Amino acid sequence: MNLLQPVGVVSFMALSAVLFSLGLYGAMSRKSTVMVLMSLELMANAVNINLVALSRFTAPVEMTGQFFAVFSMVVSAAEIGLGLALVLALYRQRQTIELDAMQELEG
Amino acid sequence: MTETVNGVVFLVMSFATIGGAVMMLSTRNVVHAAFWLLEVMLATAGLYLLMSAEFLALVQVLVYAGSVTVLMIFTVMLTLRRRDDAVRPFEPGWGGAIMAALFGGSVTFAIAQFASKLPAGIFPEAAPDVAAFGEKLFTAWMVPFEIASLVLLVALVGAVWWSGGDGQ
Repeated sequence: MNLLQPVGVVSFMALSAVLFSLGLYGAMSRKSTVMVLMSLELMANAVNINLVALSRFTAPVEMTGQFFAVFSMVVSAAEIGLGLALVLALYRQRQTIELDAMQELEG
Repeated sequence: MTETVNGVVFLVMSFATIGGAVMMLSTRNVVHAAFWLLEVMLATAGLYLLMSAEFLALVQVLVYAGSVTVLMIFTVMLTLRRRDDAVRPFEPGWGGAIMAALFGGSVTFAIAQFASKLPAGIFPEAAPDVAAFGEKLFTAWMVPFEIASLVLLVALVGAVWWSGGDGQ
């Protein structure tokens, strides 16, 4: 494999798949709420890379994927703000941010 | 911008991205993990530049590297009482690792299957610049843009509502 040859959309998609898997692993294995939220950001990042890459390589003039990535960034920013607010509310109630502390409903 | 994506630049950027993600998940200190997330976000902005999406690179640096990471660090500071609390016990999570590896393997397999139907490495045309992006954003994508701003407003109010303090 020649390293100097131009890379295609497949390379970007493979990178995105690896990044998404790492984020998935983090979201499923960590026990700290903040770490889980960070892993969610990693997954959202991977999705955005995929959108931009497919848009750039298949329909560069329309830029549809870039607009989708912008709106996906908006949603993920809203999600992270609400998620961290939930973490703070949980900390105020339980004095901890471990996921193990959230085992009962209507607490 | 260039017509092709340089393989060496792409390799450097993807190494920075994936290496940062691996370091984020392998470090035991939450504060270090937040800084590795910052590195991943900056490397992703570089990837966007590589794909001639300059506006997205700018937004990535502003929103993710700027505010999201700072928000993470603020939350860590507000929820840890002692300095030692930032260091977490080793939690490998083998079940999660197996699930993620299965998922990643299947997605990579699917990409390899469909690789022949996807375009090759050459960029089709020179990409439109930021001015064209803004023009489309405020004409064709006007309504989604307004809805997105409404979503952000509601999320902001909700975040203040949840975290703000009458002690409920």
